[in-house]
Order: sequence, then C-alpha cells, then structure tokens
Amino acid sequence: MGCGITKSNQLQLKKCDRGHLSVPASTAMRAALLIQRWYRQYVARLEMRRRCTWNIFQSIEYAGEQDQIKLYNFFAYLMDHFTPASSERNLISHIFRENDLLRDIEWERYFNYKSIEIPEDYCGPYLTFPLTASNVTELVEAFRNKQQLHSRYVLQLLGETWKLLRLLPNINHVSTCHTKEITICGDLHGHLEDLLLVFYKNGLPSMETPYVFNGDYVDRGKNSIEILLILFAFLLLYPNDVHLNRGNHEDHIVNLRYGFTKEVLGKYRLHGKKILKLLQKIFSWLPLATVIDQKVLIVHGGISDTFDLKIIAKMDRHRYVSSLKPPKSRRLLLKSKLSDQESDTEEAGAEDSGSSSTRGGGGIRRTCSMTHSSPSSGVDRSLLQRRSLQSHSSVDDELQERRRQAGLGVSPSHSDDQQSYCSDKDAELTEAVEADAEEWKQIVDLLWSDPMSMEGCVPNEVRGGGCYWGPDVTEEVLNRHSLQLLIRSHECKQEGYEFCHNRKVLTIFSASNYYEEGSNRGAYIRLGPDLVPHLIQYQATRTTRDLTLRQSVGRTERSALRALREQLFAHKSDLISAFQKYDPDNTGWISLKDWAVAMETVFHLALPWRVLRSQLVSTTKDGMLDYQSWFKELAIMEPNKELAHTNVLETLYKHHSNLETIFRVIDTDNSGFISFEEFRQTWKLLSSHLKMEISDEAIVDLAHSIDFNHDGSIDINEFMEAFRLVDSTHHDMATA
Amino acid sequence: MADDKDSAEAILSVVHKKIGDAFDVFDHEFNKTVDVREIGTIIRSLGCFPSEAELHDIIAEVEEEEPMGYIRFEKFLPAMTMVLMERKFGPIPEDLLLQAFEVLDQQKKGHLDPEELTKYMTQEGEPFTQEEMEEMLSAALDPDKNVIFYKDFVSAMAVDDT
Repeated sequence: MGCGITKSNQLQLKKCDRGHLSVPASTAMRAALLIQRWYRQYVARLEMRRRCTWNIFQSIEYAGEQDQIKLYNFFAYLMDHFTPASSERNLISHIFRENDLLRDIEWERYFNYKSIEIPEDYCGPYLTFPLTASNVTELVEAFRNKQQLHSRYVLQLLGETWKLLRLLPNINHVSTCHTKEITICGDLHGHLEDLLLVFYKNGLPSMETPYVFNGDYVDRGKNSIEILLILFAFLLLYPNDVHLNRGNHEDHIVNLRYGFTKEVLGKYRLHGKKILKLLQKIFSWLPLATVIDQKVLIVHGGISDTFDLKIIAKMDRHRYVSSLKPPKSRRLLLKSKLSDQESDTEEAGAEDSGSSSTRGGGGIRRTCSMTHSSPSSGVDRSLLQRRSLQSHSSVDDELQERRRQAGLGVSPSHSDDQQSYCSDKDAELTEAVEADAEEWKQIVDLLWSDPMSMEGCVPNEVRGGGCYWGPDVTEEVLNRHSLQLLIRSHECKQEGYEFCHNRKVLTIFSASNYYEEGSNRGAYIRLGPDLVPHLIQYQATRTTRDLTLRQSVGRTERSALRALREQLFAHKSDLISAFQKYDPDNTGWISLKDWAVAMETVFHLALPWRVLRSQLVSTTKDGMLDYQSWFKELAIMEPNKELAHTNVLETLYKHHSNLETIFRVIDTDNSGFISFEEFRQTWKLLSSHLKMEISDEAIVDLAHSIDFNHDGSIDINEFMEAFRLVDSTHHDMATA
Repeated sequence: MADDKDSAEAILSVVHKKIGDAFDVFDHEFNKTVDVREIGTIIRSLGCFPSEAELHDIIAEVEEEEPMGYIRFEKFLPAMTMVLMERKFGPIPEDLLLQAFEVLDQQKKGHLDPEELTKYMTQEGEPFTQEEMEEMLSAALDPDKNVIFYKDFVSAMAVDDT
C-alpha cells in the first residue's frame, strides 16, 4: 500500500495480541492506519489554530512590553531635558527618585506599622512575629478564603522580609543532600489559585519540602500581593529551604503598567503607597539566581554569551531598583563628593539632580544598551555624550521640538554643562562607568532573555530588552561554569514547561490559563540528588480540564480574536490610510492580498494575517473587501455619546495603556482621581511622546466630556472603563 | 501560451504563499526556521494526510546534513511545493473512512466500544500515544451510551474547517 512501515511498528504488530482481533491482520492494519492518518491531520489543523491564537496573545503581550519601555525611555528623556522647576518634570520625577532612606531608623520611622491600629471589625488573619508554622498556614487559608491581610501586618511582614533579604547573597546556593527533592516553580503572575494548587499537590514549603520560586510573582493576575505575602512568610519561616529569584516583573516601573500597582492601591487605600515603596526596596534585594549542587542554574529570563556568574555574585544588586534604568553611576557618586557643581536645587531627596549630567554620566542611552549585541566590548564613550533619543537627529532640534510640543519654553543649554562634564578623562572613572555598564547588562540579560533555536546571540528586539541566545551559547556558558542544566521561566508554554537546546535548557511556567481560560497548563519541577527534572502539570480550573481539545482551542481563539479586534479598532485611521494606498481610485474596495500586506505594515505584530483572515473578515466578494463596511462591523465602544465621534477617541483608545500608566505615575496620592490640570499635563506628555499635535482646546473639551460626575476631577478607573470594547454580538465568530 | 504561463506562475505564487504562511506561524524567532517537531503539523495543516512514516521521509529530505533540531524555510519550500503540486498524501474521502471504521466493527453493531477502538488505535498501524488516544476518545465517545458512533463522529469532524 505504499506507506513504509518503520521497524518499530512492525515489531509492535508482532507483539500485539492477535488473538482478540478476529479481523484479518492486514485489513485491520490498513483500516487503523487510515483512521490514524485522518485523525492526526485533524489534530494538526487544531494545533495550527491554537498556535495562531497563541501568537496573537503573545504578540500583543510583547508589543505591550516594548511600548512600556518606549514610554519609560520617554520619561527618562523628559527628565534629562526639562528644567528642574518645570511642572511636567515634577509630575514624573518621583518615579526616578532613588530610595535613599538608607538608614534603618529612618525606614522604621517611615514604615512605622506600630502606629497602625487594627479595627475591631477586622476579620482577616492575625500574625505574630517571629512567625510560626501555624501562623503561615493560617495566612494561606485566609487568602484561600479571600480574606485580606491588614496593612499593619503587611508592613510588618515586609519589614522583616527586607531585613532578611539584605543578608542574602546575590546567588542562592542550594544542595540536594539528605535525599531532599527540591521543587522549582516558574512565573505565577498573581494567580493565587495556581500557587494553592501546587501546595495542594506538592505540599507546603518546609524543611522537608524545599522550594525555589523563579520570579514574576506579580502583575496581570489579581492576587499578586497575596502571593508575595505567602512567599515572604515562608521565606521568613524557612530561610534555608525557601529561595526566591527576582523576575523582570519585580520592578516598580513595570508594575505601573501591568496591574500590580493598581492592585495594591486598590486593596490598601490608606497605606498602599508605603507598601509599594517598601516593595521597591524588597524587589531590588531579591537574589538574582539559584544554583543547585553547583550543577543546575536557575534564573528568571536566561543568559547571554557574556554571562558571568562571578560578576553577578559580586555586584551590589540592590542598586538596580528597576532593570529598565541603570543605577546612578559610581562616577557621579565620586564626582559629587569631589565638587558641588551638581545643582541640588530640586526637591530634597531627589538623587537625580536636575542637571542632565546624571543620566549623561551614568546613563548609556537605554534603548541602545538594553539590547546589547555581542560581544560587549565595553562602553562606547561617544554614547555617554549622546543626549538625543534618536541617535541621528541633532540634539538641540530634537530638544526644542519636544519642548515645543509639550508646551514648554526654550531651555537653557544643558548640553554645554554636559560636554564639559563628559570631557573628564579620568581613567578610573571611566573604568567605574564601564564596570557599571557591564553589571547592568548582566542583570538585564538575566531577567529578560529568551532562548532561540539558531546559534549565536542577538538582541531581543521583540521584548526590547536582553537577548536571544542559541544552543551554542548554552553549551559554552554551562561548560565555562561547570554546570549541566539551566532552568528558567519568563515565557508562557502551553504544557507549562518546555525543553530546548538538547534538553540543557528547561523553561518552567507555573501560571495556568495565563492568556485565557484553557490557554495553557502550569507546571513545576521536582529535582532530586540525581538532578534529573521531573515535571508535574496542572490546570487551575476544572471546567477547562474537561474541555476537549477542540472546545478549548475554540474558546481561547475567540478570546484572542476579541483582543485582536480591539487592536484593529484602535488603529482604524492608520489602517484606512494604509488601505487607501492600495485603492487610489477610492472605490472603497481592496484585494485580500493587499489587505494582508496593509495589516502587517500598520501592526508590526508579525501575525499570519492571511491565515487569520477568514476569522477577521466575514464579507468578501471575489477576493475583494469593502473596508469601510468592515470597520463598521468590527466593534462598537461602550457608547458615551459625547466621546463617540471625536477622533481623539481613537488615539485615546489606542494608547490607553500608556495613558493609564501616565495617570498612575501622576496620581501620587493614589486617590484614583486626577484634576483637570493633571489630566491636561498627562495628555501633553502623551502627545509629546507620540509626537502628536493637539490643541489645548481639544484637551479641555475632552476633559470636560470625561468628567462624568461633573465635579471637576476625573476618576481614573471610570475613564479606563469607558474604553472597554463591546463586541457586537453578531460578530462573535463562534466556530465550535 | 502566455496565458498558461501566467496562470501557472500565479498558481505557484499562491502555493508558495500558503506554505510561507503556515511556516511563519511556527517561526517563533522570525528567522525563517521552525522546530523540526512542528513540521508534521505544518504539512498536515496545508491539507495533506501523510502517515508518520511518510512524514519521516519528508523530514529526512528537508533536514540539514547535521540535524540541528530546526528546519530552514529555503529547504522546506521546494519540497513542500512538490508535495502540494503533485497532490501527494491527498485527503481521505469520507466513505473510505467510514469503510475503515466498519471493518473494525466486525459485529456490525454500528458503533465501536471504547476498548475496541483503543486496542486498534494503540496496537495497529502507526499506534497512537496514550495522549492521542485519550483525546480521540474525549471527542468521539458518546457520553450517554459510552460508545463511539463512528458515522456521527466522521460527519462531525468533517464540519470543522480551517
């Protein structure tokens, strides 16, 4: 019959119990083969759909991360170029303020939990310190029952955690002696139910059940603070048996966008700000890596070709409060001790002194250096002197343009100060700066990198930070450090885990249903003295476990398509312009071929538009699409009629994540409300970032129409609610 | 004739695009390579029904001399184009499929017991893994009668389209 049967199949045929099958052997075999061929093709088609869906979620996720980094760069740029006294700068400068309350007494005073009273009607868990096992078990139970820990205990617990973390080295060294098996968990992202499921299946952390948690405890899920509190409590209880690694989401800048800041401020209205400040400190003190038996390396993101455990072991890790921003350089610490020429005329406590030399001296242009290409041969001195966001445009032009757009006056020439500053030729200082750059690169790579199948090491442009490293780099780095396995997390995997690089790299991801219910399983690792990883998978919701492959693919797909349609709506003007390029006669029709090209030009999401087309476009005629009608069908907004017809709305929608981030940065008293003036400033910042022109009048009109309560201030959450896209029901493209 | 040549080129171009699109879905690093483990899915999603053995042959053809674990598009495209143009591994007509099930249903009950189906699928031909078997059963089993009504099963699967 033409199909070659492999040897193993022939053997199996001989082995099978022919006695029970009374159909002639060859016929049964042919029939079975046919059915198997057919069924496997069916499964492959589903897999293709599932993979497309996955790509949609992942692309949008990574595009968001890139966006975040761009926004952050923009803030940094503003910090450099605005005059110290400008109000715009004041709005955002606090996120750059280093936590400089170094002395214990000052901290204890600031975070004085003792003055916080527990009200009589408090029915959450009580903690006593030092913690006992039953305390912590009760805490877990309380969270399982959806209780909230009082801010007094939160601050107390965090304070104790911080004290402990400061004593820990950058690298946790663990051994599997005493025939202990170690459990390793990956990203949790606020999914409390997954953590509880792991504890249920595997046991609570204890001296007999040691754990390593590999970062990304917060953001996205709704119980990030609870997860942190549980992990910290177990850390305090069993400091030798619970090990925490830092992830790229243990970063207050990232948290502004991805939900953790919002969660804390929402749950702790009065003390949320303090809690977040303390957490900033704690995150920076989290260890960077764990090594088991000198043979297995565990880091959150990954490695690069310049990975060096010695550098990582030596650095002052707490200087890297956020991996997005290089720390204040040693050069400047030295320089400011030598002379008082840095103007300390700004807000007391702001370490980033107003003169741009702060960033100039220590700050290599972040966009250049977060994605280093290899090999890194030290800092290019010209980079230090570069002030511009885009390396090729004239500094002053860029500066003036930005200031003009942001509605500011002409700036004094900072660049002059900068030049004289950077012309300092002290070799020692140069070395210090280069050492800083090297350290920073190590941290960024460790937290943000992803493996790839090709050899080599290239910048990770997709995420905007770290690199992509190949199997040859794994081989080299592991050999160089006498290691045999790298365990990392950072990427969501459908099965909760994935091996690559000849099984020398293992990705472990512990947040099931990450993109959507049914999108993926979670998993954890058990590692014994033989250092052979055993994987255990799970999925948090019973309902999704019971779905067939087809049903769960269908469900996740619908969700992804919804997310994609939101993006389509948000980019409507850009898309229409792109379509019109292919429709010079303005017929309103475009070929499907051109449609796919136009989509990619606008989105840069690298999605298989042709494959997705049938899901996104329902009405085509002879291979042509009436694009204006298509948009009308796509989606309708929650109808706030006043907003509905402004084209500012579309911009707002498109950038609502950025807008929300800026809001939260500005809303320093975390009231959830911002004034008109603050809103105006936000909008100016955003439009400057986007290089858009917008008149004051338009902003004021917009602000008034968003003031839903007509009380002169804007509720952030209500504003964000206005941007939920409503699916017009007849376009819910159900396929299952 | 010029027309024929144009239409042949047009057809080829469409085929190339289809192959490229399917390939891109699994090209996670945007460098025109895919993990070799995904080749089967790609080929099948393009409408082909190869057996596992036939799949191994194709993979052997498109692999690098030193198997690296990934397949490059430039090697995959010509091989896959041939497969599609020659219509190798064509679709299985519904009636043939039904006959196959009927062959296994020796007692002509009109349905198969899960044990029967399992035995055939995991012991004959190119046996299913346990996971594949479980998935097929979850899709095929009638929850009330606990048997597989293969006629309905075949029709139901045919409805699903890409």
